[in-house]
Amino acid sequence: MITLRVNGETHALDVDPSTPLLYVLRNDLGLRGPRFGCGLGQCGTCTVLMDGRAIRSCMRPVSRAEGEITTLEGLSADGELDPVQQAWIDEQVPQCGYCQNGQILTAKALLDRNPTPSDEEIRQGMNGALCRCMTYYRVQSAVRRASDAMANGAGGANGADEAGGEVDR
Amino acid sequence: MKRPAELSPRFEDALARWEGGSSRRDFLKTSGIFVLGFSGVGGIGVAGLGRHGSGDPGEANPYPDPDFLQLDSWLVVHEDGTATFYVGKTDGGQGTGTAMRQMMCDELDLAYERATLVMGRTDMTVDQGGSGGSDAIERDALPARRVAAEARRVLLELASERFQVPVDDLTASEGVISVASDPGRTATFGELIGGRRFDVALTGRNVNETTGLAAVKPVQELKIVGRSVPRYDIPAKVDGSLEWAVDVKLPGMVHARNVRPPFAGARLVSVDESPVREIPGFIRVFREGNYVAVVCEREEQAIRAAESLAVEWEKPETAPFPPSEDLFDYMRGATPVGAGSGSPPRPREEGDPGAALANAATVVEAAYDIPFQGHTAIGPAHAVADPSDGQMTVYTNDMKPYSHRTGIAEFLGMPPERVRVIWMEGPQLYGRTAADDAGFEAAYLARELGRPVRMQWMRHEETAWDTKGPAFAIDLRGGLDEAGNAVALDYRARIANYAHVGYNQADTVLIAQLMGIRPERPSPGGGRGTDEMYHIPNRRDETRAVRFPLAFETPLRTGNLRDPNGPQTTFAGESFIDEMAAAANADPVEFRLRLLRATAEDDATFRRARSIAVVEAAAEAYGWDARPSPRAPGDERILTGRGISYAYRIQTTVATIAEVEVDRESGRVWVKRMVCAHDCGLVINPDGLENTIQGNLLHGISRTLFEEVQFDGEKVTSVDWRTHPTLTHRDAPERIDVVIVNGDPNPDRPDLPHYGAGEPSHRTVPAAVANAIHDATGVRMRRIPLRPERVLEELAAAGI
Repeated sequence: MITLRVNGETHALDVDPSTPLLYVLRNDLGLRGPRFGCGLGQCGTCTVLMDGRAIRSCMRPVSRAEGEITTLEGLSADGELDPVQQAWIDEQVPQCGYCQNGQILTAKALLDRNPTPSDEEIRQGMNGALCRCMTYYRVQSAVRRASDAMANGAGGANGADEAGGEVDR
Repeated sequence: MKRPAELSPRFEDALARWEGGSSRRDFLKTSGIFVLGFSGVGGIGVAGLGRHGSGDPGEANPYPDPDFLQLDSWLVVHEDGTATFYVGKTDGGQGTGTAMRQMMCDELDLAYERATLVMGRTDMTVDQGGSGGSDAIERDALPARRVAAEARRVLLELASERFQVPVDDLTASEGVISVASDPGRTATFGELIGGRRFDVALTGRNVNETTGLAAVKPVQELKIVGRSVPRYDIPAKVDGSLEWAVDVKLPGMVHARNVRPPFAGARLVSVDESPVREIPGFIRVFREGNYVAVVCEREEQAIRAAESLAVEWEKPETAPFPPSEDLFDYMRGATPVGAGSGSPPRPREEGDPGAALANAATVVEAAYDIPFQGHTAIGPAHAVADPSDGQMTVYTNDMKPYSHRTGIAEFLGMPPERVRVIWMEGPQLYGRTAADDAGFEAAYLARELGRPVRMQWMRHEETAWDTKGPAFAIDLRGGLDEAGNAVALDYRARIANYAHVGYNQADTVLIAQLMGIRPERPSPGGGRGTDEMYHIPNRRDETRAVRFPLAFETPLRTGNLRDPNGPQTTFAGESFIDEMAAAANADPVEFRLRLLRATAEDDATFRRARSIAVVEAAAEAYGWDARPSPRAPGDERILTGRGISYAYRIQTTVATIAEVEVDRESGRVWVKRMVCAHDCGLVINPDGLENTIQGNLLHGISRTLFEEVQFDGEKVTSVDWRTHPTLTHRDAPERIDVVIVNGDPNPDRPDLPHYGAGEPSHRTVPAAVANAIHDATGVRMRRIPLRPERVLEELAAAGI
């Protein structure tokens, strides 16, 4: 039996301990945030947070998933979006959106350890999160916006969150 | 731009009505889950796509083909006055769905928030072909607008009957019809027809011509079109709640993985199942011809089984293709093949280019090489197929669900009405999913096994075996007269594009090829010269396909990759125009404008005037200083320069300026700034357009600087993100300016058309970057991608 702490809940699972965490999260726990991209730790699409650190769940055997795992679903509490997620909506970042789990969680981990990154630090910190729709330009804007929102103690909710309103960028 | 605080009272009312009494503040707070929340109210919405058919009564009946000549196929008004639209398109993340919904709401006179839109389900949406060619806004939005206008007309007639007043005395606004002469008398759309069918027949010889009696509104009356409405699909992509095609799970579903030939053209000799029989959850190995797949209960088991299966393959006697380093020599030396009809394509010729070149004061010659490039989607191919009740349901991100349906039906020998395809969100489209191999494979395995099957490709498989954008070798010659005017242009291209994969054809998808199925004849990709409006009196262009020894079962199979052929031909064409400008000692912008203005003639869509408009707008927005290129490079380590490139695609005109930094020590090129002036006519959603153009530009930078499929003489060796690299955060530009242009000679015309934007700007990037490098260094980069080692080589050769 493997014990896993995910998004605040504890799960006991009867799976092969060498199974990559990604497949357990997706197939046994029904989570949709982390997605398969490469299985090689190169693209970041499968990113989850482990005790606040961004890790690649496609490479991590479930037996070594120690600590508290947070997935994209776990970022928002009681329907309240994390400022990073809110910034993503305000900046209208995603295109297809397939990689955005990795972009958002990489940004979350980056901002938690460096709340006011320089442009260069954003580039470096985000570099391992690949996007084939090439939303990098907006991702970097959203990281800056989230940083500002967190500095102002805001939960986001400024700008383009209003469905039917207009994007204010 | 309209801020939320400035929303009209009417809009506020509409919101309040929709909220059903909850406060506006609550609405704002929960808007992050707007789509999912709303679809529960509005009937079948995005969330409805996630409801699988299993157990639905009537599922064993044939799946319907919605009739495009019935208004009810396109649009339903619910009792609460909300509406659901049904369009036969898919959205690859460019906001097509949001834009279609904006247009249909505008024609219907319904608030945007009161509608949902269903896309790409063969049993629910009319066949508009799915996506391709960036034609959703240009072509498919027209019938969508017309049917919404027709629904409005019918609603006005119903109100006319109810109030016993002529239609002329009625006004419609945001889902409510009022009597103009007695504004107290109103009826909502819901009261007039909610929950009931329109039962109105439409006319049109095909889906694109579909129309009712009503005309669409003039541009001046559109209120939702032209606004940057936030995309409805984004919140669920950000909070993790969206159900994607990769997420589909069905009772009894099993997991499949393919085992690909390790060498192109390899023949399967034998399969030894003994290493996989012991794997827990192992179900079966499938083998048909050279197609091999394994199926297990769990996903990680299937991965292990695919890795462990012992398969003996035999290499082909003849090398399937030359190694990638010999590609361009091979292409120039090969005998071209005929087109699909068997006869070679006739070159296009105007004037007498031979004589003009012979008499030119200056002749410029250059050769350009563009390698195969992969789609390398961020998520490898995947699909789920459900064979319940002797039918087949395929959940897929195939961008063309209708041909996916007919292709799979043909492949399996099933009647099409027993197959349905449900499009769901997935990793990009860009042509890769115009023939989604995984759906065919999942359906085949599901039928053989009698259980729902989820097929998922691995990264090495996707990068090596996805469809490729074809390689080009292009030779150009141009002539200038003594005044520096271009008088001749001769363009000759060779393309490695012999057996182009079609749209979900049962005889060209990979599983069919590996099973030994062949089309009657291969379909060499066509091609033409560059798409520009330059007036050069003597021109010739010719594009000929060449073939490799191996035409089928090859990982170098070609397919449509975003803006097929555009980046390649425009790289050559617009680099060469720059070379001619340099030879004429002319400023690159001025030289282009001179060629565009060399005649007063224009075409029906004013592409010449609209070309001039974008070139001028780009130069102005950039702050272009007119001078010939190159500037004299100084001694500094970082050399900077700017380059322009212009093209049209179908009706959309684009001019892009790139500003680059070239590190003369490392060879790294950084595109620091981009300006893109873009005329696609009427803009539906400015922010959505800007996002789409930004993606086009960055994807273009990626293909210009990094992407190349590499292969040795027997297999593709690009198998992951290290061996087929892509642009990363580090190399994204610091600044991008998108300039939206309306260059129509009559910009306020009420019928201003809306053209496509999903691809046109993409093609301008490679030449803009290469021209900027030339401006910075004086060195001409004629071989894509412009990787550091190649840049260093060229700089060294030029003594820079």
